[in-house]
Amino acid sequence: MAETIATPDTLAIYVHWPFCRSLCPYCDFNSHVSDHVDHARWRAALLRELEHYAELAGPRRVTSIFFGGGTPSLMAPDTAAAVIEAVAHHFILDEDIEITLEANPTSVESAHLAAFAGAGINRVSLGIQALDDAALAFLGRTHSAEEAITAIEVAAHTFERYSFDLIYARPGQSVDQWRRELEQAIGRTRGHISVYQLTVERGTPFYLAQARGDLVLPDDPVLAALFETTQEVLADAGMPAYEISNHAAPGQACRHNLAYWQYSDYAGIGPGAHGRITAAGRIHATRQHRAPEIWLHRVEDHGHATQTNEPLEPQSVVAELVLMGLRLRCGIDAANFRARAGMALDEAFDPVTLRRLEEGRLIVHNSDGLRATPSGRQRLDSVVAALVV
Amino acid sequence: MTDLSHIRNFAIIAHIDHGKSTLADRLIQHCGGLSEREMHDQVLDSMELERERGITIKAQTVRLMYSARDGATYALNLIDTPGHVDFSYEVSRSLAACEGSLLIVDASQGVEAQTLANAYLAIDAGHEIVPVLNKIDLPAAEPQQVREQIEEVIGLDASEAVEISAKTGAGIEDVLEALVARLPAPEGEADTPLQALLVDSWYDPYLGVVALVRIKNGRISKGQRIRMMATDKAYRVDRVGVFTPARTEIDALGPGEIGFITASIRAVADCQVGDTVTDDRMPVEAPLSGFKPSVPVVFCSLFPADAAAFEDLRESLAKLHLNDASFHFDPENSAALGVGFRCGFLGLLHMEIVQERLAREFDLELIATAPSVIYQIHLTDGTSIDLHNPSDFPDVTRIRNIDEPWIKANIIVPDEYLGAILQLCTDRRGEQIDLTYVGGRAMATYRLPLNEVVFDFYDRLKSISRGYASFDYELESYRQGDLVKVDILINGDPVDALSMIVHRGQSEARGRALCVRLKELVPRQLFKVAIQAVIGGKVIARETVGAMRKDVTSKCYGGDITRKRKLLEKQKAGKKRMRQYGNVEIPQSAFIAALRMDDN
Ligand SMILES: Nc1nc2c(ncn2[C@@H]2O[C@H](COP(=O)(O)OP(=O)(O)OP(=O)(O)O)[C@@H](O)[C@H]2O)c(=O)[nH]1
Ligand SMILES: C[S@@+](CC[C@H](N)C(=O)[O-])C[C@H]1O[C@@H](n2cnc3c(N)ncnc32)[C@H](O)[C@@H]1O
Ligand code: SF4
Ligand SMILES: [Mg+2]
Repeated sequence: MAETIATPDTLAIYVHWPFCRSLCPYCDFNSHVSDHVDHARWRAALLRELEHYAELAGPRRVTSIFFGGGTPSLMAPDTAAAVIEAVAHHFILDEDIEITLEANPTSVESAHLAAFAGAGINRVSLGIQALDDAALAFLGRTHSAEEAITAIEVAAHTFERYSFDLIYARPGQSVDQWRRELEQAIGRTRGHISVYQLTVERGTPFYLAQARGDLVLPDDPVLAALFETTQEVLADAGMPAYEISNHAAPGQACRHNLAYWQYSDYAGIGPGAHGRITAAGRIHATRQHRAPEIWLHRVEDHGHATQTNEPLEPQSVVAELVLMGLRLRCGIDAANFRARAGMALDEAFDPVTLRRLEEGRLIVHNSDGLRATPSGRQRLDSVVAALVV
Repeated sequence: MTDLSHIRNFAIIAHIDHGKSTLADRLIQHCGGLSEREMHDQVLDSMELERERGITIKAQTVRLMYSARDGATYALNLIDTPGHVDFSYEVSRSLAACEGSLLIVDASQGVEAQTLANAYLAIDAGHEIVPVLNKIDLPAAEPQQVREQIEEVIGLDASEAVEISAKTGAGIEDVLEALVARLPAPEGEADTPLQALLVDSWYDPYLGVVALVRIKNGRISKGQRIRMMATDKAYRVDRVGVFTPARTEIDALGPGEIGFITASIRAVADCQVGDTVTDDRMPVEAPLSGFKPSVPVVFCSLFPADAAAFEDLRESLAKLHLNDASFHFDPENSAALGVGFRCGFLGLLHMEIVQERLAREFDLELIATAPSVIYQIHLTDGTSIDLHNPSDFPDVTRIRNIDEPWIKANIIVPDEYLGAILQLCTDRRGEQIDLTYVGGRAMATYRLPLNEVVFDFYDRLKSISRGYASFDYELESYRQGDLVKVDILINGDPVDALSMIVHRGQSEARGRALCVRLKELVPRQLFKVAIQAVIGGKVIARETVGAMRKDVTSKCYGGDITRKRKLLEKQKAGKKRMRQYGNVEIPQSAFIAALRMDDN
């Protein structure tokens, strides 16, 4: 039987801004297009929901705030400022707090980056996606490669820390082409980059196109080669993967995302935001209402738009710890596992499965903890399934 | 009750598709059994499967009243029978309930393999036979030639064969007059103890068991206490009736009549087709001779796709067996597929139909293994065993020799396809016995090993001849064969459900084909998977499924872990269907797909 879980003293805060200028055909995030966003109402609502979660979480030291989307760079910079101030009011701010804004690299948004810096943002993550105009058009992006590069330059001027996202494994993409694009991108980095393989999600236009046969992604051997090339090229550039898709120079990892992967507590506010909050000895999974208008009305009426807030069963906690922790190069720390799962690592898994995975050099299991080898990380979905299914 | 002299009991027999059920439609219509509104094509083919496939699977009995030209009204009990060779058990039971047969021959096709086989069954049953030439509306009909064929090949006098079109209705009254005039009336005594033949039975959820009986002597009426002689179980009759074709209750059935009874029989096993029904207080001394037990020739194993449905499968098999006593079943246990039943059938179509009926009528999802025949294995200690399940194969060192069943097959085929058909027979180790010509078509008689026939022979025959070849066979003898058992190993562990017994000459090709097929079906795993076909310890084919090279979702889901966890939970539900082989888990679905592909 699992023990009760001690409430951690830290908290990460995620703030969701659900609006975008236009929708990208691959995207299944909670994103919407709206031309009449009442910024004052939205600001007030975000502040109210934050207050609600401040009460639930109790006194904590906040280590990171992340404005994600949607396109939070379309927020009024005042809103970001107000949220950051309110966090400081409800909680203690860690002296090293990381406050990230996701930003789209259009010229309009680049022009606002300085105002966001003034609001308290100290890191940006730019959705560059590709450095090639044809690829950007295919991805339905509204910016050009040139605009994207300008945005990186502005970010580099304005912030000490910045990162950007790329999407690869696009139709027809070859290993050589990708290597060149990646090398070009490396020249623009400052210690951090995220590279995602294009994933076709249900409910997106790409899903339909793929079903009809109009969209054909590279086949398995090419996907594997693209993944391996990414690992190799970025490691050579001094930014090895610290997580499946995230690469950083030493000390430059995104603290907010580490909170997810290490399965620390985080509060999620805004439409569709998820959270994991420890209270009364259990870890609770929270989710806010997804639809922007309903979320807004609920918050205005009730102070929050929580749709779920339920304690997780011990085996769900184990599954989540493994699901997230093995994505990290450093893996799952034995002490952290015990603290969060309320049981020892060795108690949580079938010894025969562990041994088989170890013999296959897919995982390393010792008294420090459990981690996936590079080969195991490349096949992580199956490794995780073997462990927890 | 009808006077014996005004009863005619007859079966309609023919080769498949020659128009038996359509003729039954016309007879029903002519005698006013159904109104125009109630009528539709092949109205007696009431099972969904029969309608879909356009074939009769179950024999159906109908009582019609016919006012003949002689001024008298006759009670006609008509039994429409199936034409396909696999259902000949239905035909022979139907014949036992009648005194005469209408032998239908499609005048555009002529005598086919099953025309011959069924005509002989009727002759052996002592029937009077009226030949009927059907489909004379077709331009290709050649009634004169077909008359000659009937005389030449079957040896029946066809000079008085009736020419009809069951489609247009031409000649229907001639058929009715011929059967009244030419078929004998039944014989029997009304005032003696009851003696009735249990011809058929089925399970009705409301009525319990419904039994179709042919009264030989005595009478059966509502309220009477009857006894089943084989099981010695007594019941009180609560319904007596006939099908007109609507189910119609009457007070009693007398000698020579065919009708149904119900007696609140819930125990399916108490009612055995072929048994004699008698009066409980005044039983007859001896039962009727009953039916020869059916001899299954093809076997396969059936497993419920969901292991929890095993009891459902057992119960469903028992109920279906009531309606089709010609298949056999015994419990069986497989490491790869769990608990199920080893079942025996009269042929491949029969096997397919039983599986389909279980799926539809009892809502079961089933997995079937590849069909096998019965081998006689002679052991070194002088004893012998009959073996139809490769997993019971004894250690090779204990085997002296193996005999396999051979059949004698008649194939009738238009000349232009003969060459290809002869080649097919040769490829399947066939030996030619005879080759003759009947009215422009060839009739080839071959001896063939049955195990070559159960493996897609019929499909090949049909595709080579574009559907024109007809085929009939009977078991002839057992002969020694060079047979081996091929096992399939996955990472060294045998998959029992995929073992097969084959002729040595084909073992390598069949083993390789199965390995190649499995290679496509086994999903890539974290570890490589070795698939081998072996005979004893010797590997005859090998394929490898390489380990997967990449399987990781690279997109970030932010803090939405719930979604990923739910995906994992779904996988967990699917895990019940996985089987462990060495260090890998293979989805049961891969084996099922491998077995299904065997059908093609
Ligand atoms: N043109 C023509 N077609 C006919 C005639 N009689 C039957 N058919 C057709 O032949 C096909 C087979 O008829 P069925 O009555 O189902 O044959 P069956 O002998 O009962 O077949 P099984 O029960 O499967 O052996 C159907 O498509 C009928 O419509 C006829 O007199 N003329
Ligand atoms: C929350 S999203 C959006 C951020 C921002 N609105 C933008 O579009 O630049 C964060 C990142 O996820 C990645 N992403 C979104 N959908 C994806 C998909 N279907 N496959 C792979 N990566 C995806 C993109 O690189 C994107 O920048
Ligand atoms: S990728 Fe970014 S900009 Fe495009 S729809 Fe998604 S959240 Fe909006
Ligand atoms: Mg029919």
